[in-house]
Amino acid sequence: MRSLAARIALASVLLIEGCVTINIYFPAAAAEKAADKIIDEVWQLKNPEKSAVPPAK
Amino acid sequence: MNIKKFMRCSPLLLVLLVAAGSASAQANLEVNTPAIAALQASMQQRHAELAPLFGNGAVGLTRDGFVALRDANAVSLAQRPQVNALVAAENQDRAALYREIARANGKPEWENEIRNTFAQRWIDKAQGGWYYQNNAGAWTRK
Repeated sequence: MRSLAARIALASVLLIEGCVTINIYFPAAAAEKAADKIIDEVWQLKNPEKSAVPPAK
Repeated sequence: MNIKKFMRCSPLLLVLLVAAGSASAQANLEVNTPAIAALQASMQQRHAELAPLFGNGAVGLTRDGFVALRDANAVSLAQRPQVNALVAAENQDRAALYREIARANGKPEWENEIRNTFAQRWIDKAQGGWYYQNNAGAWTRK
């Protein structure tokens, strides 16, 4: 029982270290989000004025 | 009671919490710098002139995150120098943008990956009818 707990603890330490390692690599999802934000502004894909205008009645 | 069971599970719980924490810590890239804002404004202004050139196929989106003159015949001879200048200026801004985002995040070595991410997103967000280079480098109409 004790050795199982020790093994789980070791596995969690390895996993935590894995998380730290992952942070060194390129954050693809964050880069995509940043790209989308900039492209939307450069190409004016999301016009806030358009959505702010109430529907004419 | 099954406190023993909980004790056994708690390391797993800890792992999950730490994994969630590290995922949220890298949720955003820094893009709010004066240099990036200036490039963005310059490109936004230029887009008014570039949009019709994307529309008639004179200019297309390259697979490496830039723009290129694709069909010189879609532009009159008199307009060609101006179009070439637009393409050159746009590519200069784009190169600076990719470099600045990498620098703003303290990772100049990310420049190429940022450029590749943008390359894909420019194409994904392009209007129907615009031209882009596919993975083989061939011009394709969207």
